[in-house]
Order: sequence, then C-alpha cells, then structure tokens
Amino acid sequence: MSRLGPLFERLKTEGRRAVIPYLVAGDPNEDLTVPLMHALVEAGADVIEVGVPFSDPMSEGPTIQKGHERALEGGTSLKSTLALVAQFRQTNTTTPLVLMGYANPLERQGYAFVADACADAGIDGLITVDLPPEEVSAMNTELRRRELDNIFLISPTTSDERVATITEQASGFIYYVALKGVTGAGHLDTEAVEAHLSLIRGHTDLPVAVGFGIKDAETAATVAGCADAVVVGSAMVDCIAAEYASNGNSATAIEKATSLISTIRTGVNLATSK
Amino acid sequence: MTIDINPELYAQVPDEHGRFGVYGGKFVAETLMSALAELEALYDSLKDDPAFLREFDLDLAHYVGRPSPLYEASRWSDMIGGGRIYLKREDLNHTGAHKVNNTIGQALLAKYMGKKRVIAETGAGQHGVASATVAARLGLECHVFMGEEDVRRQALNVYRMKLLGATVVPVTSGSKTLKDAMNEALRDWVTNVDDTFYIIGTVAGPHPYPMLVRDFQSVIGREARAQSLAMTGKLPDALVACVGGGSNAIGLFHPFLADHDVAMYGVEAGGKGVSTGEHAAPLSAGIPGVLHGNRTYLMQDENGQIMHTHSVSAGLDYPGVGPEHAWLKDIGRVNYVDATDTEALAAFHRVTRVEGIMPALETAHALAYAEKLAATMTPDQHIIVNLSGRGDKDILTVAEIDGIELGAS
Repeated sequence: MSRLGPLFERLKTEGRRAVIPYLVAGDPNEDLTVPLMHALVEAGADVIEVGVPFSDPMSEGPTIQKGHERALEGGTSLKSTLALVAQFRQTNTTTPLVLMGYANPLERQGYAFVADACADAGIDGLITVDLPPEEVSAMNTELRRRELDNIFLISPTTSDERVATITEQASGFIYYVALKGVTGAGHLDTEAVEAHLSLIRGHTDLPVAVGFGIKDAETAATVAGCADAVVVGSAMVDCIAAEYASNGNSATAIEKATSLISTIRTGVNLATSK
Repeated sequence: MTIDINPELYAQVPDEHGRFGVYGGKFVAETLMSALAELEALYDSLKDDPAFLREFDLDLAHYVGRPSPLYEASRWSDMIGGGRIYLKREDLNHTGAHKVNNTIGQALLAKYMGKKRVIAETGAGQHGVASATVAARLGLECHVFMGEEDVRRQALNVYRMKLLGATVVPVTSGSKTLKDAMNEALRDWVTNVDDTFYIIGTVAGPHPYPMLVRDFQSVIGREARAQSLAMTGKLPDALVACVGGGSNAIGLFHPFLADHDVAMYGVEAGGKGVSTGEHAAPLSAGIPGVLHGNRTYLMQDENGQIMHTHSVSAGLDYPGVGPEHAWLKDIGRVNYVDATDTEALAAFHRVTRVEGIMPALETAHALAYAEKLAATMTPDQHIIVNLSGRGDKDILTVAEIDGIELGAS
C-alpha cells in the first residue's frame, strides 16, 4: 500500500505543502545515499524522489546528467538503488519514496520483476519519464498488482484532452513540469503554472507537485502558493556535487543539501501560512 | 528461405500507435507528445496529397538530381566471378548521400508547419550537411548536434555545415557519438518545441519519424525496382545495404518487401568483430529495449544501460536501429549480417580502385558483404547494393588508418 495517499491527506488537513527533494541514487557514491535520505527527512522533506541512473537521461539538463554519470561510474544500477531503498526502510518506514527514471532499465528487468522488487524494497510510486500513457499499460498492470502508484508528468504543452487521459491512469500525485525544457533550465512563469494547475484540477482530485525550475526558497514559496508539493532536483544535485567535489567530505555535502531543503521548507511554510 | 507471412502486412505497419509488431512506439517525455501528434496529423494530411507529393518530387528531380542511376559494376563483378553487382548511386545525389531525400521531405513539412528553426543530429555528418543544405535553401536557422568524437573524425563535414550557415554544436556527454547527439537534439527540441522542427536523420526516434523517413527514402527502392526491370528484365535476386539506424536500407528494401523472391541483407557494423563486443551491431548481438523514443534492438548491458559502440564509420556507430528493421528481423524477411572494420576498409579500397567509385565507409560495409554474397551466386543472378554515400568525407580517416601522412611525398 502506497504511503503517498495518506501523506497528502494528512498534509491537506494540516494545510501544508510537501517538499520533495530529488537525488540520484549512488551520486556521488552509494555510501552517501542512505545517510543523505535520512538527513533530508530530518530537514523537512515529506517525500524523496530517488533517481535511477541511466546512460541516456534525455530529459535531464547538464547538472543531473552529470549526477547520472557519476552514479554509473560507481556501478549503481536499478538493483543496487533498490538495495539502498531497502536499507533506508530499515529505520524509516513512513516517508514515501518515489523512484524516478527511464524506461529501459525497467524493461531490461521486466515490469513484473520491477513491481515486485520495488514493493519489496519499500518504494511507493514510480515516475518514468519516457513512458507516456500511450506506452504505459503493461507496466501499470504490474504496478497496480503491487499497489504501487504510477505518477505521470504533465507539461505546459499537454492538451486538455491529454490531461483527461493522463489523470484517469494516474495515482499518488501528478507531477507538473513547470517548464518546456530539461531539468535545471530557465525561469518559472508563475502565472502560467497557476493556469495549468487549475486546468489539471478540473480533471482530478489528485495532489499536484510542481518541478523543474525550483532552485531556492523564493521560487519554492511562489510555487507552493498554488501547488500541493514542490520538487527540488537540479539545485539539490548541484549543491551536493559541488561540495563533494571540493573536499570529498560526505558529511559536509549532506549538510549543504539539508541546509538547502530546510531553507526551502521554511519558505514553503511561510508562503502557506499567509 | 521461405517467408510465411502475408505480403499485405508490409503496408499495414506501423499501426496507429506507431508500432511495427512490438517495436516502435512513442517513448518520449510528455512535453514532446503534442509536437509528435501535430507532426503526425500534418503528415497524415499530406502524404497522399498530390500537391505535396509533386513539390517533393520536383525538389528531388531538380535539386537533388534524381533519379539516381543504377550502375552495373562490371569490372568488379567480373573479378568476383559470381553474381552481377549493380550499384544504386545515391552517392551522386546533391550533398553526396541518400540523406538528402529525407531532409528535403522533412524541410517541406517544417515549411508547412511554419517553423523557423530546424535542428538535427548527425554522426558521419552527412545528415547534418543535408539538413544544413535544406535549411540554407529555405532560409531556416539550423543547429546540428554532433558528438565531439565525430566532430574530430568528420572535420570536413563540420566545415561544410558551417559554410552552409549552420551552427554545429559539439556534444561532450556520454560516448560523444551519434547516440549522445540524438539525446542533445531531443533536449533542444523539448526546450524549443514551439518554433523548432526536429529533422531526424534515420528511421528511428518516436512515431511518426520511422514511418515518414521510410516513406521519403523509399524513392530509392521504387527507382531501383523499375531500373532493374528495365535493365535486366527482372527483379534482383538480392538487395544489400548497410544498417546503422537503417534509413538507406529501408529506403531500398521497402518497395521490394512483398517480392518474397528478392532476398535482403542488412549489413551492420561488425567493428573489431561481433564476438569481441566492440561493434555496433544491435540486430546481430543486441536485446530489445527502449531508447530515443522507440522500442527496438539495443546494445545494452544486464542493467539496461546503453553500451558504447565501436565502428570505423561514424554513421554506423549507434547502439540502436530503426524499429522496422527489428520487426523485419523477427519475422525473418531480412537477413541481418555484419562486416568488420577491416572488411569494410578492404572493400573501400577495392571498389575505389576497380570501379573508380569512392564509397563512404558506411557504404563500404554493404560492399564488403555484397562481395561475399556475389561469390556464392551465378552470373545470371544479380544483386543491387545501395551505394548510399560517397567517401570524400572519409579520406582523412582512411589515410590515418593506412598510416599515410597527407602532404608527405
């Protein structure tokens, strides 16, 4: 049973918004990943998106691409990512975890295997960038069998008709991609985001998370004004990588990441308490 | 070989989901889905439109120089002493390869859509040059993504693109070759999807690209079929073409698919030998998976990571292949074989010296296999090889491999 539904129910009654950091499993190395995840929860993360490294991450900007490359150099795979997730679950059984990645590493193992392995490791939902609704039915059947959420992306170019199709198949939450572009790019147009979110809410009661382009407390606070959750990806990956590259110290890299997430947490709380 | 399928099937793929059997499809990020739907709708409305087809045909006739000749390589065939070899001279097209057939077609689509900017990925640079050429002609801004490694080994084509006014963007991620150039082009497209048309150079990518590139390239096979009948009174016994993404091969094969007496051979890049793992032969040694918007055979490891490929020819140095080829392999209609770097280089030299035709290194893979195949045939039989491109772009690579220092006496 996915932890996402109950979490968003609780946040709703409390009038809070979720903060969702994204990290690439195994970036910069596997030893850092689990301590980082625990620290992020301490710093105020409600959900963690765990990126599965892929050799050809087509929707990622340079920052997250390099994260995938570093993780692959260290030998991180879907299987070792799920091993890290299982390790995290030994002491945290409550924070929802979402696996984010690309279709091929999943296809290679087979969707039935993936659903079982994810459920057994303690994953709550999956976001697969290159499995739009047209291509997802085989995987969705398996995810439902293990009560895992399938989280879809909706973009500024998604038509009203497609929003209807997507929300019919989605569960957990909707991930709204706030920009046309790759991760880590450009500037947010808040008005356009608001307009699209109201279009999406016309079709579904699912919570809507917004990602792409959220890099600090200010952008997070703005988005939190209309979204149920904010996703912080490139900024997270960048601050860990920069700190780790400068001194090779895992502890200070984790500190940098937690300080970013605490700042964002505070910004989001302030915005929603107004 | 007996092929136990209904010939009408060939005209029924891809289906409305863009699938060739289990292959193909639209595995892209949501942001691109509306652009693909728009392209699909436009192409559906134009593909049988007489005005559109007339415009395409006129461009092919007067700008590209079609029809390209079918040439009997008599001296080479005599030396082999088996079946006769005919060369479909796509190297004589404007810009020197088959690639331009497709860029003419896609540029027309861009024009109908009112796009002001085109992007393309390129490996050997032939598709980049062909894209830069049509962009120059239509006054469109053109950005070509090219792996840094290919920028180095195809320096002449890089300069040609720049002369034509295109911006060449060296790609430094991953293996720095064609697959990474395609990743980067997709990233650009997702960012600039409103004003940009992505001219994909091969029969890969998300639907409708494999279909429309095939349709634009099928002029090769239609001409070859008529030329074979006119020159020999019969259809060829076999067709041979090199396969990277597979656009020249599909272009030649497609109009013959229902002719089950015509054997077909797609020649992949065997690199240092398929058994060494250093090759670019996904149909020979790959496993189905999802990359660049479609399901197809891929060179991938046990974790689903795409593997680095190796080929002496930049244009074949790609870990995937068009989904229609994947389907044609599975149903047994086309035989997929390989030629190594060494075999391709030998064929490059042989055809250059014996026929006075310098083929591209990509094409040389097809020639290497054709030579083996012809030796098993009789003089009353004939093969058509797609001479997909000319080799001028490769002479620096060949000189380097042969240890020749240009300028030295």
